[in-house]
Amino acid sequence: MYDVLIVGAGPAGLSAARVLKRAGVERIAVLERTREPGGLPRYCGHPGFGMLDFGRLWKGPRYARALTEAAGVPILTDTTVTGIEPGGVAHVSTERGLETWCARAILLATGTRETPRGPRLVSGTRPWGVTTTGAFQEMVMKGIRPFQNPVIIGSELVSFSALMTARHGQVNPVAMIEENAHITAQRPADVLAAMVYGTPILLSTRLVSILGGERVEGVEIEQDGEQRTLACDGVVFTGKFVPDAILARTSGLSLDRGTRGPAIDSTFRTQDLQVFAAGNVLRAVEHSGQAALEGRAAARMILRALEGKLPDLGSAVPVACGKGVASVWPQRLYAAPRGRIVLHARMEMLQRGVLRLSDEHGRTVARRRVSVLPERRVELAVSAAMLVGVSTLRLDVEK
Amino acid sequence: MTETMADDSLYDIAIIGGGVVGCAIFRACVLAGARTVLLEKGGDLLEGASKANSAILHTGFDATPDTLEAACVRRGYALYREICADMNLSVVKTGAMVVAWTDEDLAQFPKIIEKAARNGVTVRLLDAREAREREPALAHDVRGAVLVEGEHLIDPWSAPLAYARQALLNGGTLLRRALVEGGMRQDGVWHLDIAGKPVVQARTVINCAGNYGDLVEAIARPSPFQITPRKGQFVVFDKTAHDLFRTIILPVPTALTKGVVVTRTVFGNVLVGPTAEPQQAREFPTVDHDNLEALRKAAFRIIPALREHDVTTTYAGLRPATQFSDYQIEALKTEGWITVGGIRSTGLTGALGIAEHVVTLYRDNFADPAPLKDVALPQMPNLVEERPRPWMQPERGPIACHCERVTEKEIEIALKDEVLPAGTLGGLRRRTRCMMGRCQGFYCTRRVMELAEAHLPGLVTPIGEDQRGDGRDV
Ligand SMILES: Cc1cc2nc3c(=O)[nH]c(=O)nc-3n(C[C@H](O)[C@H](O)[C@H](O)COP(=O)(O)OP(=O)(O)OC[C@H]3O[C@@H](n4cnc5c(N)ncnc54)[C@H](O)[C@@H]3O)c2cc1C
Repeated sequence: MYDVLIVGAGPAGLSAARVLKRAGVERIAVLERTREPGGLPRYCGHPGFGMLDFGRLWKGPRYARALTEAAGVPILTDTTVTGIEPGGVAHVSTERGLETWCARAILLATGTRETPRGPRLVSGTRPWGVTTTGAFQEMVMKGIRPFQNPVIIGSELVSFSALMTARHGQVNPVAMIEENAHITAQRPADVLAAMVYGTPILLSTRLVSILGGERVEGVEIEQDGEQRTLACDGVVFTGKFVPDAILARTSGLSLDRGTRGPAIDSTFRTQDLQVFAAGNVLRAVEHSGQAALEGRAAARMILRALEGKLPDLGSAVPVACGKGVASVWPQRLYAAPRGRIVLHARMEMLQRGVLRLSDEHGRTVARRRVSVLPERRVELAVSAAMLVGVSTLRLDVEK
Repeated sequence: MTETMADDSLYDIAIIGGGVVGCAIFRACVLAGARTVLLEKGGDLLEGASKANSAILHTGFDATPDTLEAACVRRGYALYREICADMNLSVVKTGAMVVAWTDEDLAQFPKIIEKAARNGVTVRLLDAREAREREPALAHDVRGAVLVEGEHLIDPWSAPLAYARQALLNGGTLLRRALVEGGMRQDGVWHLDIAGKPVVQARTVINCAGNYGDLVEAIARPSPFQITPRKGQFVVFDKTAHDLFRTIILPVPTALTKGVVVTRTVFGNVLVGPTAEPQQAREFPTVDHDNLEALRKAAFRIIPALREHDVTTTYAGLRPATQFSDYQIEALKTEGWITVGGIRSTGLTGALGIAEHVVTLYRDNFADPAPLKDVALPQMPNLVEERPRPWMQPERGPIACHCERVTEKEIEIALKDEVLPAGTLGGLRRRTRCMMGRCQGFYCTRRVMELAEAHLPGLVTPIGEDQRGDGRDV
């Protein structure tokens, strides 16, 4: 019997473990299906990690090590959780076979992954050399590369990571391709880096199809209504992250349509009162520091849960996405005499206007001005006292 | 016998083409007592038409009665069910429903039922309510269905690999990367020219070259049939969709629209397709966005709840179609040649039946060897979700592919196998399912490459030591 089982040894899971351990919780284990802890940062060979939680500017692997060391609890690698049942029951696949473990609380911190070619319904043949940033980074980190001159699809932050990885791996991308007229990432430094590396960024350019037999030989692209062939030997699909929420889903926890992660309340609880979720499994994708902070916040809620101090699930007020809002989390909030809840949301498109949270009578509960791109997260502070007597909430963007 | 270089020995039979048909014939010939070599141009077996199909073991209820295809499908269906358990192959009984949505569809039912009767297959008419009762996930405007209880799903790769493996275990020879470029017959012996390899000599040649059937046929005679490959595209849904329904949902065939099949796979996914698009190219079929989108929408129309499920991947296959609808199987007695062509859309099911028929042709026309005694049986690794998989066992070792739960041991076995190791990355995927899951290699590509590097050269190249991004901080 465990007090807390944490599923996933990435930034969120390891940060939660650290808080729980420091608070004196004894029976904790972090279960990790791969061979080593650290999550995705392990394979990010570029700097930009640890600022929010360690106050340092590290490369991914160093950050992964720091998280692991700081956790201070047993991390069971090669251990896959295959299902969760009500009552704090986890089905676990280990070297010993299939086992059933029990815990007072379970934290899902299973992270996120990129959308590969398949679900994008991309045209063309299906040769070797088509991959995602994540897989590419992992290969380069281990000293191998699957191609020399790939195209990079997308211009999110991670797309620029792919560029940096390419540089480390002695790979020269022929181009970065972005459908929109502007770059998705908003860090001019990255764009600059791309220019330094000499990779052309083709805007308003659509990937039409992938060419090649056994291996990628090129891509057909369309720019300004004109199609042409770009010779390359690989294709890296970057970004379009989705929560890796399959464990939640197959365990019967409903996923939110907007975030595509498990729906949670403002205490990080899913609809199962013993199961919590934090980090990028909630919604894709925030940088590791944000995931780590959520892990810590969730751990503090778990501490309260262990003391029996969390409100009844039934008393939560649901929040729905209204006009212009693509996703919102947490999806259920609790009224309280005092305190503040931070609501997170993403917009459907470039939005300028007022983000307004209203109750079932149309009364404003919270509001703020916004001007954001769709992939940007906005925060809205909500006073818990304003929720007293409210039965449903709705978040809209208004002009 | 394992894969070897060609020797100067004389084979009784050389089979050209290692698709499901060639593999089944390989097995049947070896077990019949003939010294047999299988020649495959690809780096592994099953790289042609047999790479991508719907994986349905057909009863043949809708075959054109009294054709060779109908006979081979019926026999292949029975033989597969007879032998599968012995080789640890699976067959998953789902049944199939031909589903009607319109009056026109309903009007076709009497014909379908009559045809099934002529093919000796029992079917049952379901009214709209019964159809919905059997499959509650069907769209509510379903009008009725013809239920074919006998339709099954199989693992479309383990089956032919088992046939080839049994042939190899019992003395057959396999040459991969062996493209037959031409040949001539002298004193009753075929001398087959293999690109970059020594000539292979055999008394009888069996042409099972699938989409290249007419080109290979031209070695013996002007081909009486021309191949126009017919492409079929598919969309694969995530395993989360698996439990929505069980029965294979078939469309009513009408003159105009083919409609799509919605079916489970034995691997736990849901498959939608195929399209039917004639084309010239004989390999590397393309998928295209518009057709894939149309398939997805068609699937939503049939099983609305599929909307809530993600697409895992897409693929396309090429049917070896000719100007004839029936199989083209024939023994050319004076040429020492057996033609097995145009095995268009039922070859996975028909293969064992075709093989039995071909051995009969061989015995009637060419030679009558004594059948093998003490036949060795291969035991295939199980990839079917409904039965236990290696990751569930104690001492499983690390899992390499987490979506499909493929262990490193399974991958190593497939790569290091002494009888029939994976010859290509595709071959490795077909043997283990690695990289076939919802993340499509996001999590496992690196590990699979590390394991495969030494065995499948050319997939990845090393990065110069000093240049690598080792994450050390400066
Ligand atoms: C979309 C689709 C769906 C289908 N669904 C089903 C189904 O549900 N059930 C079912 O029973 N059947 C199904 N089929 C049919 C089945 O897949 C085919 O009938 C079968 O694969 C044909 O096998 P084959 O061995 O004749 O051809 P292939 O698999 O193409 O084998 C021929 C082989 O010959 C090799 N070759 C060619 N030329 C040479 C040469 N010169 N030298 C050496 N080697 C050569 C090729 O590389 C190839 O490997 C489907 C097919 C498709 C395309």
